[in-house]
Amino acid sequence: MIFTIAGRELRSLFLSPLAWAILGVVQFIYAYLFLSQVETFMALQSRLATLDGAPGVVDIVVAPLFANAAVLLLLITPLITMRVLSEERRNRTLSLLFSAPISMTEIIVGKYLGVLSFILILIGMLALMPLSLLVGTDLDLGKLAAGLLGLTLVVSAFTAIGIFMSSLTEQPTVAAITTFGLLLLLWIIDWAGSSGAPASGLLAYLSVLHHYESLLKGLFSSVDVIYYLLITILFLGFSIRRLDADRLQH
Amino acid sequence: MSSEALIRVEHLTRYYSGTCAVNDVSFELARGEVLGFLGPNGAGKSTTMQVISGNLAPSAGKISINGIDLLDQPKAAKAEIGYLPEQPPVYRELSVDEYLDYCARLNRIARKHRARAIDTARERCGLGEVRSRLIGNLSKGYQQRVGIAQAIIHTPSLVILDEPTVGLDPIQIREIRGLIRELGEDHGIILSTHILPEVQATCNRVQIIHRGKLVFSDSTECLEKDLNVTAFTVRFQQAPDITALQQIAGVDRVEALADGRFRIQHSASNPVDDLLEQAVSKHWRLSELTPERHTLEQIFIELTCSEEHAVTHGDAA
Repeated sequence: MIFTIAGRELRSLFLSPLAWAILGVVQFIYAYLFLSQVETFMALQSRLATLDGAPGVVDIVVAPLFANAAVLLLLITPLITMRVLSEERRNRTLSLLFSAPISMTEIIVGKYLGVLSFILILIGMLALMPLSLLVGTDLDLGKLAAGLLGLTLVVSAFTAIGIFMSSLTEQPTVAAITTFGLLLLLWIIDWAGSSGAPASGLLAYLSVLHHYESLLKGLFSSVDVIYYLLITILFLGFSIRRLDADRLQH
Repeated sequence: MSSEALIRVEHLTRYYSGTCAVNDVSFELARGEVLGFLGPNGAGKSTTMQVISGNLAPSAGKISINGIDLLDQPKAAKAEIGYLPEQPPVYRELSVDEYLDYCARLNRIARKHRARAIDTARERCGLGEVRSRLIGNLSKGYQQRVGIAQAIIHTPSLVILDEPTVGLDPIQIREIRGLIRELGEDHGIILSTHILPEVQATCNRVQIIHRGKLVFSDSTECLEKDLNVTAFTVRFQQAPDITALQQIAGVDRVEALADGRFRIQHSASNPVDDLLEQAVSKHWRLSELTPERHTLEQIFIELTCSEEHAVTHGDAA
């Protein structure tokens, strides 16, 4: 049942030009970032050869690419998640789901997986770029995998937040702007103290960027993974509660 | 109360921010019955339907469908319900076939039965010609039919239709009414409307709801009987003796009113011809003859327009 809903969500994304436009634009920007990163590496290559324990291709090409990819996804995710529930609410199609023999959890998780699989397609296309370097050189695949895992975890948390915001309102644009605001806040939250004194531990822990950076360095720590899973589960739970409250509205 | 009631609603109450939209409504429906829900705008028709379809939680009360409690086992109960809300819940970007396929999956119709269920629903609602068109490009009437197809695709035992004939042309309305009667043979149907002849044409039970309260509940058969009590008022300028009127064939009862008016109740055979003949020959000088209309409309208006009215069931007829 979850997959029925997920499948329809993904299909209707591709029925609108939005999904294709996003795929095209994002791919173009990724390609540009990737090529400029490869260019940097080429320029540094001769000097790197003389160093002991010099950073490899993955450090110089992939890590900055993925870091920028996450920023781009921070801008894109709200656009994809905004209509998921708000549009159904506005077109009064939610009652189709409400009167079918399915639970609220199935509705939310189904929609979540549908949107997430679209974003994973985006990430898959991105991953192909560094993998294409395998033709000419060796890559640190472990580091690449850690980076991909990090990116996947980041977008799964982004998507959950977006779906929750979409469940709050009837206006897709309002959902988009609030999602964007919250994502950006979580991204920059540890900047507050970072100019002078070290950022407070709590703010650093809350920051999305902080946890992502260590994964990009190839550092797989369960704290980071749990952080993203917690955010995902928390916001999906909120969304289920919100949908339930629709029936109880006073 | 029979135990095999398809749906039983007990003391259903629903508040919206302090105002009481539905107040202590109880009724039940058996298989093969078509129940018409009547009421002016804002009377609580839609709210009641949303509650019994599981789209809204009741503030108080109990709803069981086929003996399954809607609040305790929502999944099992909802499998027995098909619901068409006021606005058909259709996805504009899907074609009719894609949409019905999605609905069939949502209602957990097994893969091998799915194609047939879709075919049946499509044929019943006359959607064969538009099956591969996008729902967003269809007219309102066709969208409404898609909504009905969605409600009956899993052959639920209870079909709830909220104003199913809104936006349809007269021919489509007739078709949909035919469809409702056909469905009513083996499903239970609850439909809301404010078109009174529709109720008389399709339903075998009527309930009128006003300000959240059930003010009238009767079968249309009984109603017809009441409606068949026929009477007319006559006025003569030279009023005859009341016994002379009583002796006319077919007259059951004569009441003398003011100003030389008489209210004449008659049985099946209409005594108007005889009355006119006598009036001419005996020079009563007839000046007025008004047949009395006692229709559902009258009951409806009586019940919903008066400020103070009795809330007992069925006594208003």
